[in-house]
Amino acid sequence: MNSIQPQTPPRFQRPGALPFVLGIAALAFVIWSFQSSGFSLTQFQRGIPALVRVFGQMFPPNVTDISRILWSLLTTFQMAVAGVVLGLIVSLPIAVLAAEGLSPHPLIRHAARGLIALFRTVPDLVWALLFVITVGLGSPAGILTIMIDTIGFAGRFFASAMEETDKGPREALTAIGARPSGIVFSAVLPDATPSFIATSLFCVEKAVRASVVLGLVGAGGIGVELKVAFDLFEYDVAATIIILIFLLVIAVEQTGAWLRRRII
Amino acid sequence: MRPDDFNLSCAGAPRAVSVSGLTKRFGARPAVFEQLDFSVPHGEAVAVIGANGTGKSTLMRSLIRLTEVDEGQIEVLGQKVRGLDPTALRRLRARVGFVFQKHNLVLRLSALSNVIHGAQARHAGPHVWAQWCAPAHVRHEAMECLARVGLADRASQRVDSLSGGQSQRVAIARMLMQRPELVIADEPVASLDPKAGEEVMELLFNLTREAGLTLLFVSHHMEHAKAYADRIVGLGQGKVMMDMPSRSARADELKDFFMEPVAA
Repeated sequence: MNSIQPQTPPRFQRPGALPFVLGIAALAFVIWSFQSSGFSLTQFQRGIPALVRVFGQMFPPNVTDISRILWSLLTTFQMAVAGVVLGLIVSLPIAVLAAEGLSPHPLIRHAARGLIALFRTVPDLVWALLFVITVGLGSPAGILTIMIDTIGFAGRFFASAMEETDKGPREALTAIGARPSGIVFSAVLPDATPSFIATSLFCVEKAVRASVVLGLVGAGGIGVELKVAFDLFEYDVAATIIILIFLLVIAVEQTGAWLRRRII
Repeated sequence: MRPDDFNLSCAGAPRAVSVSGLTKRFGARPAVFEQLDFSVPHGEAVAVIGANGTGKSTLMRSLIRLTEVDEGQIEVLGQKVRGLDPTALRRLRARVGFVFQKHNLVLRLSALSNVIHGAQARHAGPHVWAQWCAPAHVRHEAMECLARVGLADRASQRVDSLSGGQSQRVAIARMLMQRPELVIADEPVASLDPKAGEEVMELLFNLTREAGLTLLFVSHHMEHAKAYADRIVGLGQGKVMMDMPSRSARADELKDFFMEPVAA
């Protein structure tokens, strides 16, 4: 038997000076964030009875006006679908311009990527406020917001999907002397179709969720009904709306998942 | 026969391919080939042989500028390839059928759609992007090309459901649809089993011979080079080491070109 006992490594390694300082700084920032935001557990505790009271008033949900709410829900869904379709149509050419290997010039690629990044990084509520100011209250503002949001989301994923397509058919068509448009439509798009469908279905799901919130700032849809119900303290009506929104989002997500499984 | 003798013997004949002083380096590594001279008269079938890494594929690709060379002149079908602008290069590529090692077809599309892509050598626009939007005369011609490779009954089948040999035949049909004047095949049977490889090689040879086309192919099979080429060009150490009529090439002369270089 070997008499030399192998040395067991320590459980934790001593951090270097820089990671130690950075760790302390991060911890200090977290504590400062809680203090600055005025978060306190006592305040949260004080809010619990009110929360229970509101929940109590929500049940049973008020269904007397359900036909109007359902109609509004349908309008919301239609707003989402219209916005997504417009967004997908616009995002496809932008994505081609943003895709490496397909874009005609690096400057155009950077410009297209910049536009997609702008659409994606500015929150949809900000776009909604902008469109409410410019085109007025109602669904058109919501549709435009969803369109912009879809371009930001789908543009990025469409471009990635096209970049990842098989290079072989593209090269074969290049060797044939095909034009760039021919290569995109004959080789790239058919190859990227499953990915496009998956992304498009995610866009619909995302848009349905977003369209609910957009109503809160006046961009049409069921969000308006929800805001009015809360403003008038009709929590039982609000409960009906929330349950129906929940059912719609679940239905769209499940249908999307099923379609993705079927198509891809 | 030495390379110089051969070049002298066909000095007056029109050339489908003529390269001189060709040099290609990848980064700081030694040149793949250096000061390479080589030509293919119209209507001939020429096999290029050589061990791995001797630049056979690079040479084939450089003929239609899928790969750029560092020095030298390339003349294909009477055009100086290196000086061509993008439009002229596309027109030249349209006249050259290129069969790759892998079929390079769009897997999600039908055999017929893939063959129709070959017409992009002559036309641009949606009518040559896929079979469903192609006019009757384009579909008819593509079906004839599929019939010539014995796959008319598989026209509607998606390429990802075809065997390797069948896929390579579809790639040959796509090349026929191009109506090329010169056919370059870069190890067209490399990814196929021996039986399918034999069939594909025979098909390629017969089709080009019937149409009186020039065929330049890279092969790793001594039998193919002997059976299907009028002339065999052997590459090694970055140069043309052998260039002689296939009927006078002896097996012991050829075998060195099929052996892998011994690692130092």
